[in-house]
Amino acid sequence: MDYLTILQILDSALRLATPLLFACLAGLFSERAGIFDIGLEGKMLIAAFFSAATAYSTGSVWLGMLAGVAASLVLSGIHGLASITFRGNQLISGVAINFLASGLTVLIGLSWFKLGGQTPSLQGDARFQGIDLPFAETLSGVPLLGPLYSEVLSGHTFLVYVALLCVPLTWYVLFRTRFGLRLRAVGENPAAVDTAGISVVGLRYAAVAICGVLCGLAGAYLATGLGASFVKEMTAGRGFIALAALIFAKWRPWYALYATFLFGLLEAVSNRYPSLDLGFVTLPSQFMQALPYILTVVILAGFVGKAIPPRAGGEPYVKER
Amino acid sequence: MTTAPAIELKGISKAFGPVQANKDISIRVMPGTIHGIIGENGAGKSTLMSILYGFYKADKGEIYISGKKVSIPDSQAAIAAGIGMVFQHFKLVENFTVLENVILGAEDGALLAPSLRKARKDLAALAAEYELNVDPDALIQDIGVGMQQRVEILKALYRQADILILDEPTGVLTPAEADQLFRILHRLKDEGKTIILITHKLREIMEATDTVSVMRRGEMTATVKTSETSPQALAELMVGRKVLLRVDKTPAQPGEKVLEVENLKVVDSKGVVRIKGVSFDVRAGEILGIAGVAGNGQSELLEVLGGMRNGTGTIRVNGQDLDLTGKFSDARSRRKRGIAHVPEDRQREGLIMDFKAWENTAFGYDDDEAYQTGLLMNNAAIREDAEGKIERFDVRPANADLEAKSFSGGNQQKLVLAREIERDPDLLLVGQPTRGVDIGAIEFIHQQIVALRDKGKAILLVSVELEEILSLSDRIAVIFDGQLMGERLPAETHEKELGLMMAGMTGEDT
Repeated sequence: MDYLTILQILDSALRLATPLLFACLAGLFSERAGIFDIGLEGKMLIAAFFSAATAYSTGSVWLGMLAGVAASLVLSGIHGLASITFRGNQLISGVAINFLASGLTVLIGLSWFKLGGQTPSLQGDARFQGIDLPFAETLSGVPLLGPLYSEVLSGHTFLVYVALLCVPLTWYVLFRTRFGLRLRAVGENPAAVDTAGISVVGLRYAAVAICGVLCGLAGAYLATGLGASFVKEMTAGRGFIALAALIFAKWRPWYALYATFLFGLLEAVSNRYPSLDLGFVTLPSQFMQALPYILTVVILAGFVGKAIPPRAGGEPYVKER
Repeated sequence: MTTAPAIELKGISKAFGPVQANKDISIRVMPGTIHGIIGENGAGKSTLMSILYGFYKADKGEIYISGKKVSIPDSQAAIAAGIGMVFQHFKLVENFTVLENVILGAEDGALLAPSLRKARKDLAALAAEYELNVDPDALIQDIGVGMQQRVEILKALYRQADILILDEPTGVLTPAEADQLFRILHRLKDEGKTIILITHKLREIMEATDTVSVMRRGEMTATVKTSETSPQALAELMVGRKVLLRVDKTPAQPGEKVLEVENLKVVDSKGVVRIKGVSFDVRAGEILGIAGVAGNGQSELLEVLGGMRNGTGTIRVNGQDLDLTGKFSDARSRRKRGIAHVPEDRQREGLIMDFKAWENTAFGYDDDEAYQTGLLMNNAAIREDAEGKIERFDVRPANADLEAKSFSGGNQQKLVLAREIERDPDLLLVGQPTRGVDIGAIEFIHQQIVALRDKGKAILLVSVELEEILSLSDRIAVIFDGQLMGERLPAETHEKELGLMMAGMTGEDT
């Protein structure tokens, strides 16, 4: 394997990690505030559909992105209503959202575009285009580091850089601002927040809304950045992989970057080598494609050491006497 | 009187559905005093304070703070009115530092750093002023409950509270820590703060307060100067009839050793050593009381004996070894060996709250021959049995079809006691028999335990209430950090000595 191949795999890993990173940070905000969200998948899916559909109809990828975020926010609102206002079961609400998104996207897709649930493929301004970072051309000559910059970091679409910027931003918001302190507190002990005179409901809705926006970006990236149209069930379990990455990352933003990049890397490797010849044994393509999912199972089975979730996660807050 | 009361409530009423939690309550709390509010569980103390702190809105009535009428729709308004509350269950974020907990909700701006700097300075000033020393950078989960309580007090003071409400503040403290708390409260009072102390412990009222108000069944039955009343008088006001505060019992007639424990060790699932080699015995016809602050291994001790946890060492009952780790180390095998267990947490381990009273009276003994008809349970027999138990143990309401959760704490405990005591065990394990139980029911429960002793049975009593240990036990052992610190006879010791042992001084040091 030469250096160029490694660079290409890393480049592809970064692209594939982006939707996972968005979704993982989305889950991080929600779960840090005490709202479990297994509906990341559904929110990404509906955002992917509406961003592709809107981008195709208007010819503007930006309007598409906004439409995707809006659609995701609507589902977030439903999850908030069910789990915060009506104190319902957060898992059931999440499952319902996944079903809803899966059904709605295909149904509306069939009726609007009549392409078997797909949207027509996007071209030109209806897709995100790669951005060359400054000096990419000139630095590419520098040995080792030059290509790393020009091949791996440069040339991605807008949303890839947004996702990367979201990592330090999330860290800063969570650990350096008043909002972050309160958000973390409400996920650990909502009663402490309540008795301090802060609205538990308001904070949790804010967290769920942030989660919606980030899932929206994840979906928009899938359909208009990574791909060039919406395809039925195109999220392919990425919402759940993001949840696994979140546990792997122990609900921390920087670890979330590493965890999602690892998943992206596995996917990139399996794309690059449909079947991998290790000399003594050849791994079949089915195995390679299953790699990210296998890692998910391994992580969820608890092979990552002790991960302590936010203490009040999953429980609706009821004022006690 | 010329000064306006710090707090004046006029005609406060609050109903939850058909239950009238507060009925036309009026009270005046003078500034710079410690005002006690005493009453049994469910008397409406907590509801009243929740109204004052903005958790509930009163159906009727007015609130005046320093003579000015105010409305308190939420906690924010209560804090703005200068009211600080220290809840019975602390409202702290466990994995935050002391400093972060103090500023939560009282931050100065959107960014944390300036708030944290200011709070650090203010906290140092408060610590100096009121002798409330706490390490601002310690995590809450790493400090003891006494410290956590100080953090709660500091939280209120940091928000410039003039009125401090403490709800059952000593429930989790050692006697020494409680004394320290009362010193802090007096200090606060001397600085002009007004303090409301809610408790069901008569001793604390007598020791710490200037004025005391008594609540019973949602009504304020009396407000008197503490110096002009007595524990006996207060108890009668609380319960509404004469009650016996001391347990009436004859000297024990100890017989053979029923329970012998030698070098018992327990390691929990996290690998923490909970019991570090304890040895003791309990004889027939005596009550051995285990005193100690919660979390020092007494729960694990009961669980090992009751068959809910594994241990190493030797335990003999009636001279025969118990299986501590194997097939016969479960609770059912223990019952077969004549050990009955009234667990510490009756709502989680003693009862199934959603099941009916009659079903609850059969748990653990459900394989009893009398309860079977072939393959099926003989529900009629269980129910008949339950009705007898309910009558003999004076469970109220006497309705076997009510779910366990519809009974008060005291009556739930009577159900558990009836189930365990009526099996005529050789050894009764009983944990926190009167936690959350009314004074009236405490009297009855204590009588039942003493009656079982007088029948020549061995009883192991675990309680964090020192008064209960002192009045009920024939011998007292003190547990600290998984070790027994020594044994005392109740007649030859006092709360102070036991309190020191509970804090880790060995018997010889005291």
